[in-house]
Amino acid sequence: MLLQIKNLHVSIEGKEILKGLSLNVNRGEVHAIMGPNGTGKSTLASVIAGRDIFSIDGGEILYKNNDISGWSVDKRANEGIFLSFQYPVEIPGVSMVNFMKTAINEKRSYLGQDPIPMPEFMAKMEEKKQLVEMQAKLTNRSVNEGFSGGEKKKNEIFQMAMLEPELAILDETDSGLDIDALRVVSNGVNKLRSSNNAFIIITHYQRLLDYIVPDFVHVLYDGKIVKSGTKELALELEEKGYENFKK
Amino acid sequence: MDSSEDKLINELANEEYKFGFVTDVEADIAPKGLNEDIIRYISAKKEEPSWLLEFRLKAYRKWLTMKEPHWGHLDYPAIDYQNIIYYAAPKKKNLANLNDVDPELIKTFNKLGIPLEEQKKLSGVAVDAVFDSVSVKTTFQNTLSKHGVIFCSFSEAVRNYPELVKRYLSSVVPIGDNFFAALNSAVFSDGSFCYIPKGVRCPIELSTYFRINAANTGQFERTLIVADVGSYVSYMEGCTAPQRDENQLHAAIVEIVVMKDAEVKYSTVQNWYPGDKDGKGGIYNFVTKRGICKGNNAKLSWTQVETGSAKTWKYPGCILKGDNSVGEFYSVAVTNNYQQADTGTKMIHIGKNTKSTIISKGISCGHSDNSYRGLVHIGKQASDSRNYSQCDSLLFGDKCGAHTYPNVIAENNSSILEHEATTSKISEEQLFYCNQRGISTESAIGLIVNGYAKEVLSRLPMEFAVEARKLLSLSLEGSIG
Repeated sequence: MLLQIKNLHVSIEGKEILKGLSLNVNRGEVHAIMGPNGTGKSTLASVIAGRDIFSIDGGEILYKNNDISGWSVDKRANEGIFLSFQYPVEIPGVSMVNFMKTAINEKRSYLGQDPIPMPEFMAKMEEKKQLVEMQAKLTNRSVNEGFSGGEKKKNEIFQMAMLEPELAILDETDSGLDIDALRVVSNGVNKLRSSNNAFIIITHYQRLLDYIVPDFVHVLYDGKIVKSGTKELALELEEKGYENFKK
Repeated sequence: MDSSEDKLINELANEEYKFGFVTDVEADIAPKGLNEDIIRYISAKKEEPSWLLEFRLKAYRKWLTMKEPHWGHLDYPAIDYQNIIYYAAPKKKNLANLNDVDPELIKTFNKLGIPLEEQKKLSGVAVDAVFDSVSVKTTFQNTLSKHGVIFCSFSEAVRNYPELVKRYLSSVVPIGDNFFAALNSAVFSDGSFCYIPKGVRCPIELSTYFRINAANTGQFERTLIVADVGSYVSYMEGCTAPQRDENQLHAAIVEIVVMKDAEVKYSTVQNWYPGDKDGKGGIYNFVTKRGICKGNNAKLSWTQVETGSAKTWKYPGCILKGDNSVGEFYSVAVTNNYQQADTGTKMIHIGKNTKSTIISKGISCGHSDNSYRGLVHIGKQASDSRNYSQCDSLLFGDKCGAHTYPNVIAENNSSILEHEATTSKISEEQLFYCNQRGISTESAIGLIVNGYAKEVLSRLPMEFAVEARKLLSLSLEGSIG
């Protein structure tokens, strides 16, 4: 099993957000997590990525059968966990090329490999850019600086393609996207799906799931998964709203 | 502020200074304190002509009437000028043959990465190495003299080119310019002299490397650069000092004269000992640097990377006298722990159609204070002049300070002035974002800081840029894992 979350309790500043959440993800699977605002969806994403502003009060997260509670954020990343941010962060003065090259080489160094040769790196940039239909000049700009909302989200998927994660978490990647950008981003994700990786897709709306068809859908409500099912569950949610799942 | 940032800042604060060693050499040391006898002693030691002794005495008498300036955003206890040694020199004298230089000194400069042996030349940079009060060795003199370029220690220049020295000494920084300039003029020990003749493009980078070694010693060196009509030179300056508990005073003067159609690029990587993480010890770097674009179309460019010193008081300036002359100031100043830096520039526009550019990037972390102080003065005659100033501050943590004191005086209305300023923080979000991409916090800070300072770093000569980049990362990153 790639990811196993058991009875996870998480709080921030004394406020409990996740209240006994469990989730199992195997390689080759796409899981959608849906739920209204403020139920802990983004918290779950951040906690898996290792953000330390949250406190883990109980339960455990096993990744590739390791308890990762002691792993730093960068170690988790280098072990193949990728988070596509809901609000990608701007880093002025740092070019995308430099940023990506640093990220790839840190991972290679973590795995005991030599730095990526420049021509191979540039070819890879070119290839992955096409995947998300990014304009050529985008890569010479500073990380996310002056990017439109859509460009930022495309840039997240672009980075995901570059880093080839085993577990990718997409935190509301669809928010703020117009229909064309949504299609581009979804196509990118679909092309990256393989039997060796898994995706957790966090979203409010069923709309994204028309493009990225999940294997499982979970309803997150009040810090817990209250219902799990297949893609039909998403349609049911769209129709009936979340009210029905409050229990 | 969350705990990870706290932890990071604490770790940054524990970053150590790697040039803090002391060299054991026999030295000629003057008695502590300052009076006319000490000045005569220095002058006699250096076998100076009487005009130079008179110059020193005049400066000393002027200094006695002056007060230490305290308008900078700096906080330090009163300096006891009678408790400083004003002259310390390694016993063996400056000699043309490297075999005559104390092997301990050669070892020191090798440790600092400054090879004095010319066969080990580093991308062909001529070096004048100044150890405590005297110049130890100037490399590549033969190559330079073929082009008519004079590059030697200040003492040698006084002996061999007295007319040139006499003509230009204190022509840009008058002896009474300020308290520290007057002090330097009275007691300066050595330094570098450089003259580029008419129409000559200096074939190699020139560099002065300053090292304070002896305890309780002040270092007062003097650099004089004259670029004659249509010439060009790129000049670099580096400096380090041992790690000591007490504060040491460094009060230097750099004067630059740029004639018609000439260009001088002056780059500094300042890495004096900054004191320990509690703010104990470190160099007081109170320096006067100024150049004049004397003729039309002259160009002077200052680039500085300031990472060291406990206190920095430094405003490299340009007097733009010639019509169409250009002055530039590019600065990165980093302060960490309890360092305080008050630095900036003065651009004095006198000639018509003169242009100046100021790019200042301050980076503050720990408990430090980092101030930009600038003066742009566009005179009545300086019609159609332009100034562009950009002052950015980057803060790390919430215990440090960044301050900007821009001062602008425009006396005609055909000139254009622009000023931009930003303040930003390395945020916890940025670090998390980098970490999530597998980039360690240490590399992330290096990326962000180097990105922020890119505009300035790209101005440095290649040999220096690499060193400066490393130094920037070093003074900020530490061993964060």
